[in-house]
Amino acid sequence: MTIKILAFGKIAELLSGAEQEMSGVETVGAVRKKLEADFPALNGLRYLIAVDKKIAGDEALLQEHSVVALLPPFSGG
Amino acid sequence: MHATTPDGRYHRQVLLKELGAAGQAKLAGARVLVVGAGGLGCPALQYLAAAGIGCLGILDFDVVEASNLHRQILYTEEDIGRLKAEVAAARIKALNPAGQVEVFTIRLETSNALEILARFDLVIDGSDNFPTRYLVNDACVLLDKPLVYGSIFRFEGQVSVFNWPVNGIKTNYRDLFPTPPEPGTVDNCSEAGVIGVLPGIIGSMQANEAIKLITGMGVSLANRLLTYNALNCAVYELEIIPAQHTTTLAPKTASAFKNMNYDWFCQDSEDHYTELSGADFNRFLLEKAPLVIDVRNVWEQPKPTEFDYIQIPLAELESRLSQLKTEQPIVVFCQTGVRSITAANLIAHRLGHSFVYNLKGGITQWKSNQ
Repeated sequence: MTIKILAFGKIAELLSGAEQEMSGVETVGAVRKKLEADFPALNGLRYLIAVDKKIAGDEALLQEHSVVALLPPFSGG
Repeated sequence: MHATTPDGRYHRQVLLKELGAAGQAKLAGARVLVVGAGGLGCPALQYLAAAGIGCLGILDFDVVEASNLHRQILYTEEDIGRLKAEVAAARIKALNPAGQVEVFTIRLETSNALEILARFDLVIDGSDNFPTRYLVNDACVLLDKPLVYGSIFRFEGQVSVFNWPVNGIKTNYRDLFPTPPEPGTVDNCSEAGVIGVLPGIIGSMQANEAIKLITGMGVSLANRLLTYNALNCAVYELEIIPAQHTTTLAPKTASAFKNMNYDWFCQDSEDHYTELSGADFNRFLLEKAPLVIDVRNVWEQPKPTEFDYIQIPLAELESRLSQLKTEQPIVVFCQTGVRSITAANLIAHRLGHSFVYNLKGGITQWKSNQ
């Protein structure tokens, strides 16, 4: 099963790209764990995760072609 | 010339059936507070004044700096050094002389926020730091005021409307980001950079949301977060739903709110400066052109002649903080490196400045090692 990851703000910079694909993950929690392992700088950053445009927790299940978005807060004004 | 006759100033928008004279009257009766007269606040204020908002509040304690001018487009070079809220007020009064303007050249705190926000119908968050964002959010929830949120980072912006019911459901900032990020993990405009036009776009969107809420037109961003990327025009939207934790994190009463310490809440109690040895300080002077501050009393000796520095006695530092916005690293020193710790923390916390250094051992130790 392949899902798409959309990254915003500093997370896009850390993941070296705003969009990428990932396979072999069934839940949001699994996505998070894999990303934090591949990109250790993610640890300690605060961000929300949305699946197909709805905020989701670690236990949320993914489907083929789910779009998982990682959004950090911005403070600039 | 009546405002709604063909040569009147609101005629072109009154022509829109969604607005009409009834909508224009609602705009004229509205009181909107804009928190922050910076990148987001400037365009928001301009378009709200132009649209005919009856009373605009402007809250900002900062002064205009040259590095603001590429994006804070109410200001000119002649305004450098002047209070933003006062300059902005003069500009929008000229834009719309019939509109009332209230100026607050103060820092929003838990001690004054409820009183100030209560006097307005709607709040626009144009602030540039997390403590203020959480403070304003919680105050709006407590007072039941709609809050138009906007924030920016480099080329990207976020917009939403908080605390506005749609089908009985309301959401707010804590449903998105329940707690603030660790200090130093999110850069603001002076650290990360920002394209000037971005806050123009996001701030205008905030003004648009406010106009829609006041007049009842269209569909607002309540319970939605919109993100915009100026570099590629990508737009992404997500649905916000009330989260269970939100009610436990935000203060539920006025006295609980007044007891919140948003600065501490947004930062852990660790120090946020770095100790600098004498040797490293010398290297800094050569390589990094730091802003060096002597926080001792003015009569204390010795006065170093080997490097440039400014004198701001510790007792005056808080009131002169706004003079310190700078892109360079800041090094503070005192006699033995103890008082300057207080100064370093004050600068780091209040300005969110990431590059604050304390000269270890003070000027006494530095001199003895030269």
